[in-house]
Amino acid sequence: MTDIVVKAEHLGKRYVIGHQSEEQAYGTLRDTLMQGARAAWRRIRDVARGNAIIAGGTREDLWALQDVNFEIARGEAVGIIGRNGAGKSTLLKVLSRITEPSAGRVSIRGRVASLLEVGTGFHPELSGRENIYLNGAVLGMTRAEITRRFDEIVAFAELSRFLDTPVKRYSSGMYVRLAFAVAAHLEPEILLVDEVLAVGDAIFQKKCLAKMDDVTKTGRTVLFVSHNMGAILHLCSRAVLLEAGRVTFSGDVSEAVERYHSGVREDSSIDLDSFSGHRRGRQEFSRIRNISLLDENGRYQTVFGMGETLVVRLTIDFKRPTRGAVFGVLFRNAMGVLLHDFRSAFDGFFPDIEEGRAVFEVTVPEIRAYPGYYTVGAWIQQQVGVASDDYVSEALKLHIIDRKLIGDPRANFEIITKEGTEIYHPCSWRVVGES
Amino acid sequence: MRTWDDRAENMSLDSSPNAGTAEPLLILEPSRAEKHYWADLWRYRELFLILAWRDVAVRYKQTAIGLLWAILRPLLTLAALTVIFHRIARLPSDGEAPYPLMVFAALLPWSFFSSTLTEASNSLVVNANLISKVYFPRLIVPTATLLTELVDMGIGFLLLIGLMAFYQFAPTWNILLLPLFVLLAVLASLGPSLLFASLNVKYRDFRYVIPFIVQFGLYISPVGFSSGVVPKDWRLLYSLNPMVGVIDGFRWAILGGNSRIDWPGFSLSVGVTVVLLWLGISLFRRTEKTFADLV
Repeated sequence: MTDIVVKAEHLGKRYVIGHQSEEQAYGTLRDTLMQGARAAWRRIRDVARGNAIIAGGTREDLWALQDVNFEIARGEAVGIIGRNGAGKSTLLKVLSRITEPSAGRVSIRGRVASLLEVGTGFHPELSGRENIYLNGAVLGMTRAEITRRFDEIVAFAELSRFLDTPVKRYSSGMYVRLAFAVAAHLEPEILLVDEVLAVGDAIFQKKCLAKMDDVTKTGRTVLFVSHNMGAILHLCSRAVLLEAGRVTFSGDVSEAVERYHSGVREDSSIDLDSFSGHRRGRQEFSRIRNISLLDENGRYQTVFGMGETLVVRLTIDFKRPTRGAVFGVLFRNAMGVLLHDFRSAFDGFFPDIEEGRAVFEVTVPEIRAYPGYYTVGAWIQQQVGVASDDYVSEALKLHIIDRKLIGDPRANFEIITKEGTEIYHPCSWRVVGES
Repeated sequence: MRTWDDRAENMSLDSSPNAGTAEPLLILEPSRAEKHYWADLWRYRELFLILAWRDVAVRYKQTAIGLLWAILRPLLTLAALTVIFHRIARLPSDGEAPYPLMVFAALLPWSFFSSTLTEASNSLVVNANLISKVYFPRLIVPTATLLTELVDMGIGFLLLIGLMAFYQFAPTWNILLLPLFVLLAVLASLGPSLLFASLNVKYRDFRYVIPFIVQFGLYISPVGFSSGVVPKDWRLLYSLNPMVGVIDGFRWAILGGNSRIDWPGFSLSVGVTVVLLWLGISLFRRTEKTFADLV
């Protein structure tokens, strides 16, 4: 029997979120007064029942985690991957006891330390030296432990000259170095790490990765959340893939990363009737049936050149005649970060729609994302500012390549995708001379 | 439950080298009561001390006169209260004790109480970044604030010694019981602080309620005047205020035979203190698991 140190069974975490209700968007003075009275009544009811006050007229249960099961053995390094909003951070928060699960059970054997942020508890007025002790204590180290490893921490941070300077005078790079140096010297049996490598300069990141590598080699159990698939592949033997709060894969790390990348189909058209990805909304008056990608000549396409026209076609069924509805097209990068939310309302598009099927097209005249893979999703709302009636986070994947249509012909756009920026904006440069 | 217990045993019966060393098994479940809460609290005592130290260390950073504020503030309050209640309102002191000394004996626990209540009630919100990123028994945050205020009270005691020397007022053996009344002051401040701290996380209204309570409390507590001037018929109602017992106790210990304790009233004050403490702790414990979601 293997030695299981972390075990999650049917784990769930629910949040209650509030939306602005439909009639709240605009109305007469009488409506406003009525709504005010209703909101006040709701608030009194909440307080009387001891609930938290939630802004907004309509409420929705949001399951950030649902029926999550996994086991982690002693000494394993396990990556937790998934797109933004998949529940990775919530999972770490539950495992590190910051928040209580709403369902299911977790059992953990051994001392846990969590690193959900670098420099938690740092106080700007205190010196580097004082902050090492403060931050160490916050992360669960004893004073004796910190004293013992103090020199190592200072050497790792390369900040011995600034030890007695208040950290508010530090540059952000120095700050991160100090914070990570403390965290790197934690010695718990189980370490939970959330996306902390995303900060700091490249050289320091490398150093941190090497340190993390050491940690996993000493037989400690590590749970590691990151969007950096390279780091995941390097550090972890196993990975758990989360999608919309559920575990969709758990096992070999390279297979998990592959699935992460292929979670969204590269296709020019998708029927959403049996869509299995992240989708929400009540579909009260509408339902998105199909999303298609076309070029300016109306041909289905999955590959677009930088600077080319992208046309997104939405096929939506309406259950009743509708006016004032708003739609949007979501454009995300490979990590799930939203780059564009093209909204019909911003461009003054408010069509009157009959009951039945309707087809809309949004034309992006010049798509300027850097070369790489991106995803497209869509949503529809009854009117501006209400909860989405139907929302598909990522339905299709498309590929942007450099066809030398924009920018200088000598520009090598490929290199920038590694830096984390995503959109090219043409600028003009000139020499002004020396003054 | 039984199935789990079986599995828990299996987990500890495995053959790994570390399995024998009593590793704690932690189970997280919705609204599960913590078994080792108080032991956990003890385990985190260093964090408690360091958080208190942090608050002390940054308190007078970037102020021109620094620690002088800790002396100046109580002295100015003392002057104002003495002028208003003694010179203008012509209220009597306790026995032969100089009026400023009688006021100062009350000001010590009162300013401790009022600043603890103000700071501790906000402490969870102020430390939101910690609470949403790291686990520790949340009770540490408001109690660390209380410890910080206790340091200020220590400075107050130095001032008291100075004042007693100035008025050439010798303490009696009563002073030996002062630590007991300091403890009472701590408990009387802790209960309401925990109560408001947990409520404030959920309903920020309490941020506005607390200054009002503190202001109001100054008038219904015997800070600027002696408990002796309160009419007999009002005595019990007046003693429902837990600070009445604390202040009378401080005066009894510091001013010796000049100040007398009204025992029925004192017991009532202590009783209210205990009830508030129990309410505060139980509400805090019930709600602390949701703090990270709400703060």
